[in-house]
Amino acid sequence: MTAQEINDRIQNTFADSVLEFNDTVLQPYLKINPAKFYEVCQYLRDNEDMDFNFLNSVSGVDYGEDLGVVYHLYSMTRKHKIVLKVILPRENPQVSSIADLWRTADWHEREVYDLFGVVFLNHPNLRRILLPDDWEGYPLRKDYVQPETYNGIPVLHPDMRGDSK
Amino acid sequence: MSWFDLKGENNILFTKLNDFVNWSRQGSPWAMGFGLACCAIEMMATGASHYDLDRFGTFFRASPRQSDVMIVAGTVTLKMAPVLRRLYEQMAEPKYVISMGSCANAGGPYWQYGYHVLKGVDQIVPVDVYVPGCPPRPEALIEGLLQLKEKIKKEGTLK
Repeated sequence: MTAQEINDRIQNTFADSVLEFNDTVLQPYLKINPAKFYEVCQYLRDNEDMDFNFLNSVSGVDYGEDLGVVYHLYSMTRKHKIVLKVILPRENPQVSSIADLWRTADWHEREVYDLFGVVFLNHPNLRRILLPDDWEGYPLRKDYVQPETYNGIPVLHPDMRGDSK
Repeated sequence: MSWFDLKGENNILFTKLNDFVNWSRQGSPWAMGFGLACCAIEMMATGASHYDLDRFGTFFRASPRQSDVMIVAGTVTLKMAPVLRRLYEQMAEPKYVISMGSCANAGGPYWQYGYHVLKGVDQIVPVDVYVPGCPPRPEALIEGLLQLKEKIKKEGTLK
């Protein structure tokens, strides 16, 4: 199934679910309404013609104004693929977790939470996965300011500190 | 007659106590393998049969209590730094640290933008020998160990 057909099917099944569709790029993508995101994913996985049984990856993106989460889906049986994007506000970004649909999403969503601060609702275990639990801030956001110390340990290289020795 | 003849009559050597203690310490520094990243692969290669670190009396120990030298092999993240410091404190005196590779020396490729990387292990533990390289070849690590032995020999242990 082509990306256009996938888009048409989703648009017909869920009203107001697709905010933008673009298949002029290398990997055609759908921008999904965050409120309808879980239903769309469930449909993509369970519908027989879609049968997206493999979640390639979950990525976090800082677009500058907004944050985003990008999902790459693939169907091993139908041999078709699609990219889903969810755009979220910088303040209080929230989207449904799809960890119960694809187990891959569990750790990937934790990583996006860890580095971008996107909260995945109904996630089974939303903790930091790479950074220490007591870390402050989300380092891959573009407005992240690197702290001078972490638990008393200097973070900056001696040559980079303002008033170094 | 060899200079060290246990059967002969002249089997007494005179030396300074300080030199004797240093000599005994430098002979076989047991290493705590602290493999953190790709440097650990080179460290393992150094310990394996081809480069055979055992020739120099260095064996990898799994416990800091049994180790004389900690070879910090790899990128020290801020998450790992307190653990590294604790392991160093658990080692018995005298203890030495070899910083292996660019990351342990000064942060390596993460020196400027690595928000999660300690910029040199010497920020939290005293380092005796720095081994440059990314990662250093086994020959370089062996040279570092030999340099450490030279350093121990010259140490003013007893005062």
